[in-house]
Amino acid sequence: MKYFETKFQSGKKSSWMNRLLMHGDRPWMGLIIFMALLTVFLMLAIGYTLVIDSNHAITKFGLDFIKPMATNSWDPVNDKFNAWPFIYGTLITSFVAVLIAVPLSLGIAIFLSEICPISLRNPVGMLVELLAAIPSVVYGLWGIFIFLPQIIYPMGNVLSETLGKLPFLNIILTGPISQSGASRLAAGFILAIMITPTIAAVTRDVFLAIPSSQREASLALGATRWETISRVLLPYGLSGILGAVILGLGRALGETMAVTMVIGNSIEGSLSVLRPGYTMSSIIANEFAEAVSKMHTEVLIEIGLILFVMTLVLNSIARLLVWRVNSKFQQEVRA
Amino acid sequence: METNLNRQIQGSGYGQHYISSGVGYKRRKMANFLLLGLTGVLTLLALIPLFWIIGYVLYKGGAYINLALFTQMPRPMGLTGGGVLHAIEGTLILIVLAAIFSIPPGILAAFYAAYYPNTKLGVALRFGTDVLSGVPSIVIGIFGYAILVKPVGHYSALAGGIAMAMIMLPTIIRTTEEMIKLVPRNLREGALALGSPEWRAALQVTLPAAMNGIITGFILSLARAAGETAPLLFTALGNDRFDLVAMIKTGIQMGKPLPVVLLNIIQQPVDSLPLTLYKYTQQPFPENINQAWAVAFVLLMLVLLTNIATRAWVSRSSKQSRR
Repeated sequence: MKYFETKFQSGKKSSWMNRLLMHGDRPWMGLIIFMALLTVFLMLAIGYTLVIDSNHAITKFGLDFIKPMATNSWDPVNDKFNAWPFIYGTLITSFVAVLIAVPLSLGIAIFLSEICPISLRNPVGMLVELLAAIPSVVYGLWGIFIFLPQIIYPMGNVLSETLGKLPFLNIILTGPISQSGASRLAAGFILAIMITPTIAAVTRDVFLAIPSSQREASLALGATRWETISRVLLPYGLSGILGAVILGLGRALGETMAVTMVIGNSIEGSLSVLRPGYTMSSIIANEFAEAVSKMHTEVLIEIGLILFVMTLVLNSIARLLVWRVNSKFQQEVRA
Repeated sequence: METNLNRQIQGSGYGQHYISSGVGYKRRKMANFLLLGLTGVLTLLALIPLFWIIGYVLYKGGAYINLALFTQMPRPMGLTGGGVLHAIEGTLILIVLAAIFSIPPGILAAFYAAYYPNTKLGVALRFGTDVLSGVPSIVIGIFGYAILVKPVGHYSALAGGIAMAMIMLPTIIRTTEEMIKLVPRNLREGALALGSPEWRAALQVTLPAAMNGIITGFILSLARAAGETAPLLFTALGNDRFDLVAMIKTGIQMGKPLPVVLLNIIQQPVDSLPLTLYKYTQQPFPENINQAWAVAFVLLMLVLLTNIATRAWVSRSSKQSRR
């Protein structure tokens, strides 16, 4: 050790430069620890700032702020605020999105990991991932001018004519859908397209990480390939898949631009998915820069805080589920 | 060989009976066939929007792409002509700022995550980055407003760039960490055994070896960030009078040193391409909508080309290294 050290230094006389080069490890460690701490504290700082900046709103409205109310009471001019319509909008659009995206992404994941020829795996996987790379404003633009009038409007009409007449279902499927197609349903569909790649990619990795001995054992017992997938692989990777779905749900809750562009942005009492509405992120996007009073700003920040907490909880659960899968597998999956 | 065996089994009455008489054999085989096929159909179904969006944006946006779009400032709302030069300049400024504020901290934190994954801080860091990447971008926007805009009193490119950096940070840490882990251990150990200090081994041996993958990660996350709108709504705000050339010109005429001019520029609110697209779609004028399609064309091209190019590059360089 000594020998190498002297060798290493021998080129130059022991100067301050040389000493710095040899003993830069302390500052280096300090630097990388500082950056690591900074990243960890960034998350805490976000939460702290949101709480501090919505302090007055939290103390003034308390739990009433998120209480479901039949009548709309969002009145920035008279400082009357209730966030329930937005929370409902976020939950229902995300629910629609997950409902559509889960079968789609399970199909993609199974196709990519179990069925498609290996030479096709990468190109198709890349196409699916490209779907996640398209900027959300482009989704919004396409949604407004193409997808809504051509798909959502006719579909909404059919839904309100058929299922909308049934008891119970008519609460969430009351028509008529507006001519432009702007509705919670539209937001749900766009969200579904946007979160499908996320769920599919993680689920595919979970499937690929399952040891092939599981497949071989099942096939050797005479199960068909589908039976192997549905009765062996799905239960085996269940927690990972659940993690993937929750991850997608978290994405759906927070997505802003595309939703703001297609949801119609109106506060009305209706619970129907065929009517326009607001989500938590879209009310912030629409009103934050033009808030009429201090309380209005604080209330919007509080909505941001609720959104932050929701996604934080969901993400933590999702990561824990996916991390737990890793302890079972040799190959690492990371969501 | 296999078919031969099959024929033999099917030929003999026994084999036929044995193989196909399992409970509902035909039904099981049918279900297998149908459901496996269904997964392929679902995959195709999911890809329809991709091609639909790309195709339509290319068709519609391509029609309104012209030189003026890239070289002229916007005309007043509703008038024909003009371009989105201000937004292109703004996007570039924001990307540069975001890169400055996310790449160095990201790389350093990634070294910690890669070398000390199981210390308390290491676990917190990895979990923190994972969770941070799930924080909605609009929340990052509010946070950026609260710490960078409200105290200063005005919207600025700087605030927008830092907000974008916060969006990029988790991705950069994650990709860099993965790439550092892929570098063979003995490279680093060799450097350390030769007496190199830890930091030189990290920066001069491990980092160059992982550079290809790390740069790919940067480019992809920059392309992603360039398409972000939500974090900019309350930080960069948008500014359709932003004129980079004029600002630099007047700065030089007034005899200010370059750093002061640059500092002045990043303190202005700026527009970016996605922000412009969003604002134009809110306008009733068809001229704006057409330009929105053209901007979508530019954004989509940016994303597609960076994605395809980096992937091609990665697969080529990994082939080379295998050789």
